[in-house]
Amino acid sequence: MSNFISDISLQINLVDIVLLTILIVVAVAVIRVRDLFEAVVLLGIFSLLSACIFTTLDAVDVAFTEAAVGAGISTVLFLATLTLTAREEKAQYSHSWSGFIVCTLTGGALIYGTLDMPHFGDPDAPIHQHVAPRYIVESPEEIGVPNMVTSVLASYRGYDTLGETTVIFTAGLTVLLLLRRDRRSHNRIASPPTAETTDRRGSHVMHHAMVLRVMSKLFIPLILLFALYVQFHGDFGPGGGFQAGVIFAAAFVLYALIYGVEAAQRVAPPARVQVFVALGLLLYIGTGLASLFAGGNFLEYKVLAHEASHGEHIGILFIELGVGITVAAVIINTFFYFAGRGRA
Amino acid sequence: MIAAHLPILQIILPLLAAPICVLIRPQKFVWPFVLIVSWATLGLAAMMLNQVLLSGPISYALGGWEAPWGIEYRVDLLNAFVILLVALIGAVVLTYAPESVKREIDGDRQPYFYAAFLLCLTGLLGICITGDAFNVFVFLEISSLSTYGLISLGRDRRALTAAYNYLILGTIGATFILIGIGLMYMMTGTLNMADLASRLQGVNHTRTIQVAFAFLSVGLTLKLALFPLHIWLPNAYTYAPSVVTAFIAATATKVSVYVFLRFVFTIFGADFAFGTMHIDYLLLPLALAGIFVASAVAIYQSNLKRLLAYSSVAQIGYIMLGISFGTITGLTAGIVHLFNHALMKGALFLAVGSIFLRINSVQLDDLSGLGKRLPVTSFAFVLAGLGLIGVPLTVGFISKWYLLLAAIEAGWWPVAVLVLISSLMALVYIWRFVETAYFRPVPDDAPPVSEAPLLMQIPMWLLIALAIGLGVQTSLTAGIAQRAALWLLAGAP
Repeated sequence: MSNFISDISLQINLVDIVLLTILIVVAVAVIRVRDLFEAVVLLGIFSLLSACIFTTLDAVDVAFTEAAVGAGISTVLFLATLTLTAREEKAQYSHSWSGFIVCTLTGGALIYGTLDMPHFGDPDAPIHQHVAPRYIVESPEEIGVPNMVTSVLASYRGYDTLGETTVIFTAGLTVLLLLRRDRRSHNRIASPPTAETTDRRGSHVMHHAMVLRVMSKLFIPLILLFALYVQFHGDFGPGGGFQAGVIFAAAFVLYALIYGVEAAQRVAPPARVQVFVALGLLLYIGTGLASLFAGGNFLEYKVLAHEASHGEHIGILFIELGVGITVAAVIINTFFYFAGRGRA
Repeated sequence: MIAAHLPILQIILPLLAAPICVLIRPQKFVWPFVLIVSWATLGLAAMMLNQVLLSGPISYALGGWEAPWGIEYRVDLLNAFVILLVALIGAVVLTYAPESVKREIDGDRQPYFYAAFLLCLTGLLGICITGDAFNVFVFLEISSLSTYGLISLGRDRRALTAAYNYLILGTIGATFILIGIGLMYMMTGTLNMADLASRLQGVNHTRTIQVAFAFLSVGLTLKLALFPLHIWLPNAYTYAPSVVTAFIAATATKVSVYVFLRFVFTIFGADFAFGTMHIDYLLLPLALAGIFVASAVAIYQSNLKRLLAYSSVAQIGYIMLGISFGTITGLTAGIVHLFNHALMKGALFLAVGSIFLRINSVQLDDLSGLGKRLPVTSFAFVLAGLGLIGVPLTVGFISKWYLLLAAIEAGWWPVAVLVLISSLMALVYIWRFVETAYFRPVPDDAPPVSEAPLLMQIPMWLLIALAIGLGVQTSLTAGIAQRAALWLLAGAP
């Protein structure tokens, strides 16, 4: 029996070692390559590897987010930026000793800190002994949601998630502040384009890529459907508002890549998208206020219905929806501003 | 209901208002709306401080989950005091804002500007009010992100580089803070501050916790701009729009100082921080170096905003010097100067904003004879500047007084002497403005200008009135600071 266990742990270690080694190699490669396009693709690989590592750590929700945000949307935004800047990094061969010393010290301190850490996977480690047992044992009763991660994120620490949603909102707002132009040229981006400009730009984008055009039309409805599944199934399996919002936005980004930004903006007019950026956050705060008015504390969902776990369900449903709406709208909006910048 | 939910309303009010700003049509209603929200936020802060003074610390369980499973808001004297300060500066600066914003920010962006401003206010208040270490980080992100955006809106294109540099350094600082919190969580299994404080006792001999302490200290001193980690600050303050500079100079670094106090004294405890880790060996020399180097650099600036920015680095040195003593008097000096410096620097940057509105420059060379051209604003600047020097009957004097007491009490005479010498340096850089404004002639080709509108004068004079009034009536701020210092050193969360 003990042999069997050590066999298993050896295998797990082997997977970890291989993944971590590739991770380091990729990280070094990102720093070394001069071609920014390569660097962006390598960064995508880095995120995907991280997602794999999170999966082996049984943190599927985190892995899901990392894959969707790190490998997916970030890569697209980086590439959209690259179309506006040069593809090659400017050669700078200065060696900064102070930078080297600071990095070495920081790395040394981190390694020094590992010396007294609890062993990897030790069941007696403080993180498994203090607050976690209640999340594991009580949450199916208290919250009534099978996915414990959702219980913690949406209910026990739901206020942090409100904060994170606000961070996303702030990021979207900052993009607006920075990239918004004065009224005249802004209207040119926002107004529905004429058929002639669409055609010209459409042909510019992917007119001859017939396979892509057909396949994307097949895929986009499926992507949207999958996003809705992730949104509303987050209580039961990995997923939730963040991941769903990213996937939902990915469908629009794909459409914009194949058919041009103007075509995508006719489906989702920027002014309308901006309203949704705010609405998602308002829905989240509104849910919190609703429980305040129902006699509980802020975000205390159990007062939202006659039965505690039913109230939790309702609360989690609404706040996850709020997260999804804001995340999707912020990403779509950000992509529009990045992609529309070079054209106008 | 308001009384029972005060802590959360304090945060939710500005947070709720931010997305609404984006939706309000027509856009001219945005500023009146924001104004009402900011003064209501200040009202809540005053109510909360009053409640803490009357009946002790307040605890509020978010989502109804008790700590440590859920997130707790915990308000004691120290954070109620800092929250009042942040809310006060927010309300005053927003009252002052519309003319200055119209001048410096494109019309189309103004609603988004006000929304970002409210988010920054929310973030800073949220950092102060929480009793949960990770929640600090979340709200730190909100305030930092919005600050980067706000700074980048400056008219000068160098505002973009300044914001970018701050973004990089600020993110490094935030990452260090997150690493520190993560390591603490690993060793204790909790994120609640009070719970952390008690559970750290058993593990604070471990190298992991010592490294956590180091990362947190470095990350926070970067955010609070302690010399030599202040390098992001001068450009950020110089190129940001006037109202943004006034707001962040008076609040952002102060809130970081608060977080530093909270982590060092409440969570780790003075015994660990000073006894085991000897943080004073590092803080004291850096604070003194910051005071002297930054004051000296300030003397040679030709841009008034940059001069005040370096002065801020020096003033943060005074705050950290007080804290580095680790005594009740020292902490009192640090906390009271945190409050006082915010009032004075807020007033000074508001005066600079008024000058920019009328003269269209903040270069000292363009301000010759300003005492004749804008007599009221120039006088306001000098009055607030007197506080910076530490002239009696201003709040600056109270700060210096406690600082000297603390140094003498600790038996560090040389430090007391250095504090006095450094005050002379403040006199020199404030004198540079006085000389330019009052002893140089008005250029012949200078067009006649009128004073800034009343709506900008009143908030500025309000801060100056406070900076002098609280210098005469010392018991108010110093009394609260002293009680907060006692709390911190007693180790009671």
